[in-house]
Amino acid sequence: MIETKNLTKIFKIKKGDDIQAVVGLTLSITEGEVFGFLGPNGAGKTTTVRMLTSLIGATSGSALVNGFVVGEEDQEIRRSVGILTESPGLYEQLSASKNLEIYANLYDVEDVDKQVGKYLKLLGLWSRRDDPVGSFSKGMRQKLSIARSLLHEPRLLFLDEPTTNLDPESARLVRLFIEDLRSQGRTIFMCTHNLNEADQLCDRIGIFKTHLITVDTPTNLRRKIYGRKVVFHLREINPGWTSRISSLAGVQEVECVDQKLVVALEDPERINPQIIRFLVEEGADLQFVGELRHSLEDIYLQAMNDSEDKVESL
Amino acid sequence: MKHILTIIDKEWSEVFRNKMVLFTTIFIPLIFTVLPLVMLLITNQAMGDISSTSTADVPIEFLAVCGSEMTGGECMQIYIINQFLLLFLMIPVIVPVTIAAYSIVGEKTTHSLEPLLATPLTTMELLAGKSLAAAIPAIIVGWLSFGLFLLGLPILGVSRAVISYIIGPTWLLAILIGGPLMAIASVNFAIYLSSRVNDPRVAEQISALLIVPILGLMFAQIAGVIVINIIVMLSFIGGMILFDIGMIYLGSTIFQRESILTRWK
Repeated sequence: MIETKNLTKIFKIKKGDDIQAVVGLTLSITEGEVFGFLGPNGAGKTTTVRMLTSLIGATSGSALVNGFVVGEEDQEIRRSVGILTESPGLYEQLSASKNLEIYANLYDVEDVDKQVGKYLKLLGLWSRRDDPVGSFSKGMRQKLSIARSLLHEPRLLFLDEPTTNLDPESARLVRLFIEDLRSQGRTIFMCTHNLNEADQLCDRIGIFKTHLITVDTPTNLRRKIYGRKVVFHLREINPGWTSRISSLAGVQEVECVDQKLVVALEDPERINPQIIRFLVEEGADLQFVGELRHSLEDIYLQAMNDSEDKVESL
Repeated sequence: MKHILTIIDKEWSEVFRNKMVLFTTIFIPLIFTVLPLVMLLITNQAMGDISSTSTADVPIEFLAVCGSEMTGGECMQIYIINQFLLLFLMIPVIVPVTIAAYSIVGEKTTHSLEPLLATPLTTMELLAGKSLAAAIPAIIVGWLSFGLFLLGLPILGVSRAVISYIIGPTWLLAILIGGPLMAIASVNFAIYLSSRVNDPRVAEQISALLIVPILGLMFAQIAGVIVINIIVMLSFIGGMILFDIGMIYLGSTIFQRESILTRWK
């Protein structure tokens, strides 16, 4: 669905004063995948989306979107993808249905009324279809913008900050709708600052700041950055257990936190039974055992720090 | 063509809800139509018997326009009314400026330009839609104003000779061809500016500079430097065609999706 190779965008401001927005982005996104593109403000996420939707050209590198070459088959790309831009950009004085009608015509939708009606109903805006968009709440505008991006039934959808500035209820509604789109098998490229949202919705995540820092599934990212850790909740801890567990093969680190033993392991599936057996034999009251799950926020911040350290060391 | 019609529909649906646009589209042309009629009424009353008025007060350069069969009063009326012809050329300049100036920069400020540019709409379709949406009302309003003006002439008792002059080649060329050419120039100039600046008001104000050459023509005629006759009008139309071609070329080459989306300062 999306293939980029060394995609680079440099904005020329003045002579000798260029801004590197995107550098050497190489990425592959398959059909039906929900891809989260995470990065701080100004990281180049929107520039990437603009390049991939043929709104702006790349300085170097190449990209294929839906099988079309960016920079050569731009009309075909625009026709085949849907985009939710960072700002809704609706016509405030026009009604919700008129806003959608305009875009349905521009996307050459065959049955305009049917498609407009379908998405107004799907997103719960049917009863407000004749009201000017200027009277809509932020959540309603965002839903209308999502409807606009779907009118021509694109299989690939770019969502730039879909829940930014929305109240929790509206954000939840938008997330549910994105989940629904995922269940329809659509490919979604989503830029977001909301890490929980990315964790919940995305199959893979790319952490990006001008260049791609890392990309993988949320689970693999956790493992890559923090390794795998198992937490053993005990009624009481014998201080001697820490060193004895450390000596087991495959155990990387043992930490004692409150009434818990946090054990970093290479292969928990293989070593956990040995640790449990050891603890039971030692008479420990084992209450719970579970894998420590770092939040995506931890992973993101760690990846960013690692990236900055790397840049400094260069 | 469907895309162009959609853009025109969108522009009209949006822009005619704006009271300021309605004001410039209706009120200003109405003033420009009533003004020459009032002037004719005043001159009729001031001169009394129009057939006995001397041509002594008419500039010598203008007498050739009147011809030998007109009375001095009629010639004076034509001299006065000829100044107002230029008002009808100003209508297609003033009316579309607000619409056209808003068309790109307005969409930029409301962030509606990016989703629009992300559709399969081509740059030429976008520019054609926006230009026509602004130019068509201006041309129609210009023609309607002239129609109203013509209807008012017999009511005011304007002589057949004066009416014949007004519906003669010079005026008809000006209204039917010069007006639309002025509208095209105005719209393309405003769209060009609109894609270069970030404030619709700036685009609107700079676009209004197009009135300056018309005012220059008006003052030149009042001062007796030139007389607007068929030769002057044909030259003016020729010049406007070249200017329009230049503006359309400039507008389409300068409109870069990328710089419009990314250049904010």
